[in-house]
Amino acid sequence: MTDSKYFTTTKKGEIFELKAELNSDKKEKKKEAVKKVIASMTVGKDVSALFPDVVNCMQTDNLELKKLVYLYLMNYAKSQPDMAIMAVNTFVKDCEDLNPLIRALAVRTMGCIRVDKITEYLCEPLRKCLKDEDPYVRKTAAVCVAKLHDINAQLVEDQGFLDTLKDLISDSNPMVVANAVAALSEIAESHPNSNLLDLNPQTINKLLTALNECTEWGQIFILDCLASYLPRDDRESQSICERVTPRLSHANSAVVLSAVKVLMKFMEMLPKDLDYYGTLLKKLAPPLVTLLSAEPELQYVALRNINLIVQKRPEILKHEMKVFFVKYNDPIYVKLEKLDIMIRLASQANIAQVLAELKEYATEVDVDFVRKAVRAIGRCAIKVEQSAERCVSTLLDLIQTKVNYVVQEAIVVIKDIFRKYPNKYESVIATLCENLDSLDEPEARAAMIWIVGEYAERIDNADELLESFLEGFHDESTQVQLQLLTAIVKLFLKKPTETQELVQQVLSLATQDSDNPDLRDRGYIYWRLLSTDPVAAKEVVLAEKPLISEETDLIEPTLLEELICHIGTLASVYHKPPSAFVEGSRGVQHKRLPPRAGSPDVGQSGPSEAPPAVIPSQGDLLGDLLNLDLAPPTATVPSVQPSMQMGAMDLLGGGLDSLVCSSPAASHFATNVISGLGDLFDLGGGVGMPTGSYVAPKTVWLLAMKAKGLEISGTFARRGGIIQMDLSLTNKAMSVMTDFAIQFNRNSFGLAPAGPLQVLTPLSPNQTIDVSLPLSTSGPVMKMEPLNNLQVAVKNNIDVFYFSCQYPLSLLFVEDGKMDRQVFLATWKDIPNDNEAQFQIKDIHLNSDVASNKLQGSNIFTIAKRTVEGQDMLYQSVKLTNGIWVLAEMRIQTGNPNYTLSIKCRAPEVCPFVYQCYELVLKN
Amino acid sequence: MIGGLFIYNHKGEVLISRVYRDDIGRNAVDAFRVNVIHARQQVRSPVTNIARTSFFHVKRSNIWLAAVTKQNVNAAMVFEFLYKMCDVMTAYFGKISEENIKNNFVLIYELLDEILDFGYPQNSETGALKTFITQQGIKGQPQTKEEQSQITSQVTGQIGWRREGIKYRRNELFLDVLESVNLLMSPQGQVLSAHVSGRVVMKSYLSGMPECKFGMNDKIVIDKQGKGGTTDEPGKSELGGSGKQSIAIDDCTFHQCVRLSKFDSERSISFIPPDGEYELMRYRTTKDIILPFRVIPLVREVGRTKLEVKVVIKSNFKPSLLAQKIEVRIPTPLNTSGVQVICMKGKAKYKASENAIVWKIKRMAGMKESQISAEIELLPTNDKKKWARPPISMNFEVPFAPSGLKVRYLKVFESKLNYSDHDVIKWVRYIGRSGIYETRC
Repeated sequence: MTDSKYFTTTKKGEIFELKAELNSDKKEKKKEAVKKVIASMTVGKDVSALFPDVVNCMQTDNLELKKLVYLYLMNYAKSQPDMAIMAVNTFVKDCEDLNPLIRALAVRTMGCIRVDKITEYLCEPLRKCLKDEDPYVRKTAAVCVAKLHDINAQLVEDQGFLDTLKDLISDSNPMVVANAVAALSEIAESHPNSNLLDLNPQTINKLLTALNECTEWGQIFILDCLASYLPRDDRESQSICERVTPRLSHANSAVVLSAVKVLMKFMEMLPKDLDYYGTLLKKLAPPLVTLLSAEPELQYVALRNINLIVQKRPEILKHEMKVFFVKYNDPIYVKLEKLDIMIRLASQANIAQVLAELKEYATEVDVDFVRKAVRAIGRCAIKVEQSAERCVSTLLDLIQTKVNYVVQEAIVVIKDIFRKYPNKYESVIATLCENLDSLDEPEARAAMIWIVGEYAERIDNADELLESFLEGFHDESTQVQLQLLTAIVKLFLKKPTETQELVQQVLSLATQDSDNPDLRDRGYIYWRLLSTDPVAAKEVVLAEKPLISEETDLIEPTLLEELICHIGTLASVYHKPPSAFVEGSRGVQHKRLPPRAGSPDVGQSGPSEAPPAVIPSQGDLLGDLLNLDLAPPTATVPSVQPSMQMGAMDLLGGGLDSLVCSSPAASHFATNVISGLGDLFDLGGGVGMPTGSYVAPKTVWLLAMKAKGLEISGTFARRGGIIQMDLSLTNKAMSVMTDFAIQFNRNSFGLAPAGPLQVLTPLSPNQTIDVSLPLSTSGPVMKMEPLNNLQVAVKNNIDVFYFSCQYPLSLLFVEDGKMDRQVFLATWKDIPNDNEAQFQIKDIHLNSDVASNKLQGSNIFTIAKRTVEGQDMLYQSVKLTNGIWVLAEMRIQTGNPNYTLSIKCRAPEVCPFVYQCYELVLKN
Repeated sequence: MIGGLFIYNHKGEVLISRVYRDDIGRNAVDAFRVNVIHARQQVRSPVTNIARTSFFHVKRSNIWLAAVTKQNVNAAMVFEFLYKMCDVMTAYFGKISEENIKNNFVLIYELLDEILDFGYPQNSETGALKTFITQQGIKGQPQTKEEQSQITSQVTGQIGWRREGIKYRRNELFLDVLESVNLLMSPQGQVLSAHVSGRVVMKSYLSGMPECKFGMNDKIVIDKQGKGGTTDEPGKSELGGSGKQSIAIDDCTFHQCVRLSKFDSERSISFIPPDGEYELMRYRTTKDIILPFRVIPLVREVGRTKLEVKVVIKSNFKPSLLAQKIEVRIPTPLNTSGVQVICMKGKAKYKASENAIVWKIKRMAGMKESQISAEIELLPTNDKKKWARPPISMNFEVPFAPSGLKVRYLKVFESKLNYSDHDVIKWVRYIGRSGIYETRC
């Protein structure tokens, strides 16, 4: 007796019969009935009417029957919410069952019942199951949190399940860890800004350990999660890569691809001259090739991804051309993808082989494939100049086959070859003209007409050829009509005497008899040009055309970067960002690669390195930007009290006393100090010329992705008392950008552009322009949070973009910031101790002279230095553009790389920023 | 993650439908049927996007398996899961057919509930699943608490593929080195591409939790040992067809039981094997491949209605070895009206339905040569398109590994039970088969 019989009951009154059977006393009969119900449900019949009867069967010892009832519940609970409550008791009871398999089954099923009333009852059992002694129950409960979150996110947060889930990352069982990671990743996706996953070196280490132990699926969850981590520096990045590379030998292709994703992403941070970088590149090729021996569906996924990888890092697979050769039995989707990659990998070294292959392909059966192969030959010609001649002769061979679509495709690509290598292959025109009659596709017709027009002077019967097209002018597609118009005008300009009639005819056809505005407009323009100034017409129409680029079909760089972050996923298969095909909030965040090695914001914590924040409320900001109201400088300051140490205060007080002390009671070394002071007093001149203020390297402030292709990176500098904002504007879009302008929002120190943004030439695609914008400090003032935050609006011909950046406070340190010694002492004492902040500057290996010289370059002036028991004390002053004085004492112990810095200022909120400047200057 | 999983028969009738996510509705079942199964065109992609819903499908005989999602899922994982699903079903009830699926639909639902939770794949090793998902559900419930926790710890544990307490009276293992050699050759005899994709399949009947170590003549390992001056287990090279010392492996992948980090650092292959049959590793080589056969085609067009074909095959391995199941397939044009064949050895037949001459030879020793000649009569056509001349393909089986791979050792350690490496009976077998072995003509 088999189960297939359940599929065959199609009698009338079936529901009624089932009802009776479900309520039968016999267990066997009951089970049979439930099976029938499930079978009906599967084929799409509505059996929801049996809900109460099926739920009645739920309380059973028979696990199989229980599972069937659960399956039914999951399907219909939503349509019968009130009755679903009946099931709750059984669930709660099952969650306490002695058998872990039943506990897990209950918690797994409950999470799938999307009825609000039930979710409330779910919380307590779930809480218990999350801490169950059995790992099987815990791993099921972890996923259940994600289920519950999908139904009621607020409930999950309120109940503290997220914290429990986070704890599970440290679970002893690798599978629990993997499921917890999967659940957290999913929840985090719907809270883009939460720090839910909170990846730090400790958790990463846990994940990497679990990676070695869990199932293949768990490894995928963990690797996908790892990919969203941003290592602090290249060393961490390398160590993660080292631990991920063994995964490349896993039998599961998804594990391999996810590992490739992590490596491709983190590689970005490694310096290219590192040996390991080269090793890693070499390690990536073999697994990618191996993916091509998987089942065809996976091959397809792999090929779509390889297409991206080859665009990002062509060096990885440049020697592997052969593996992409098409096999006779490959499914068509694999063939087409292989062809794409072959073209990308084509180079002078392998072009002969590639061409031989493409020629083979052009004789195959599948029309799409053949067309693509022919097109590929043309692309090879354009890409590898040395091969152009061979390509052209191959194409001519193909034209000789007279296969209609092959001929048409060949003519389309030959047109491109003519554009790339003008005046080189005109000898083939005669052959092309022979095939004029067989062209029935608009693209091919247009291409042929273009060729005739372009080379009209060399084709004796050009006028006849074009005239033949003109006969059916109105039946042609727009593409052909436009091309025909242009070609005949070209012909006229080249051979004016014989073709006047023809040009008249086409102009009147285009302008008087056509409904197409594009065609009419073009016709009128030609007409007017020809009638007013034929010389100008010649210059316009026969102007030299820009060369076409070598690579076609490249993915836009910003999109490519995003897709690299999505290797292995659907986005990489579609070559579209997730936002293009995923609904709702999920997956809409744009991912990006970590900053390239050697580029600025790697592993530093200076103020200018804070990641650029995009200002959320554009409307408000615009108001602010346009508002010229001068707000008075804020006098009230919130009490942001940096921590301080009383012990250090005392010591300092004592030191200061001794410094000014003239009483004979002063200890003997006080005099020492004073004499020492005299020597060191003219420190600035004595030690050497100031080294100039430190300028941080440029960081990306505005991502191209967020600004329609405009990328802005920049930094701030103070040069000879002038504040400058150095900007690099990069156009990553496909069109030219012009009309740049810049404005600042009101900010803490009144920074404002002192002149317009000088971008004189239009910014063409892929071009970068560096500009220096002088700044003044006379702009409107408003306190910002953080203090050194600057909100900027940049406009171009496309749109207005907003970003915010942070400038180092040293920008505002003026050149006359050297305080008189006596004034310093008085001021120091005058400022209340509450206003003092103490900081540690770690890992500085400079002696005090070099340090103070360095600092002076940034207008931090050393007023005095004394040495007490091998400890150098530097007393320093800084003046800000708005007149605020900052006083500092820096203690340097010989042999100890950690400096202690005490800062006093009447406006204590600047202290942390001054400290940041110290750190920046000293560490660079 | 995966939002739902459907199984259809060839007509597009749904046999199994399991929805995991709320964003997938019943209409998705129909969308796939209408747009993919009933589509007139040939399938152009295994991933289809219909109204912002993505469908991943694989086909097994005439059964369609489709996974559905609305999110940006890991596509490679979804396909790997679908294959795994097929493996699991095959392990439970044999061939995937409409009848078998209908007969086992309760079991399939039970499996789907277990191996996919909220669309996340869970442990799907058949060895583990069979301990608690049994076809006879009634008695399937494990009784004692120990048994239950043993099951759960195995399902979630580090060694999810093997259960504890396995006992055999005779500890035995079988190693099969199965290679498929792929070739694409130009008509002039130039190798356009050639590679071997090999698999090491192991059948293990070992007691307890044995720790195994597998060694082969991997160039990297041999070179390393050569430098060190020590070679353990020398002189075991009588198997296989060539005297090559070591081979360069381009890439290899392993079953999840193999400790990958150990392979990465020491290049040693150590593992605790699953019980029964499984695939230990896959590998690929491209260097110094022994091509067991060479095909020399000669096609001559005599006028517009006649073709003369002559094909010579030469075997290229030790004369003492025998190749089997040799089959040469010579494609013929669509407008073939008649064929006359003469062959020296074996049988040759023109198969009109397959548009090919199929030449079969049962056995052939190494370093031999054989020939077939055929005259093909063509019907005159006015079709402008030339005949595409598909390549001549070959099938065969040889008793050696064309890559030159040799198993050097497979050591078994089981510290808790009283049997040692010497007590284990080991069998090694090499089979080389043709993959896509084509010569253009």
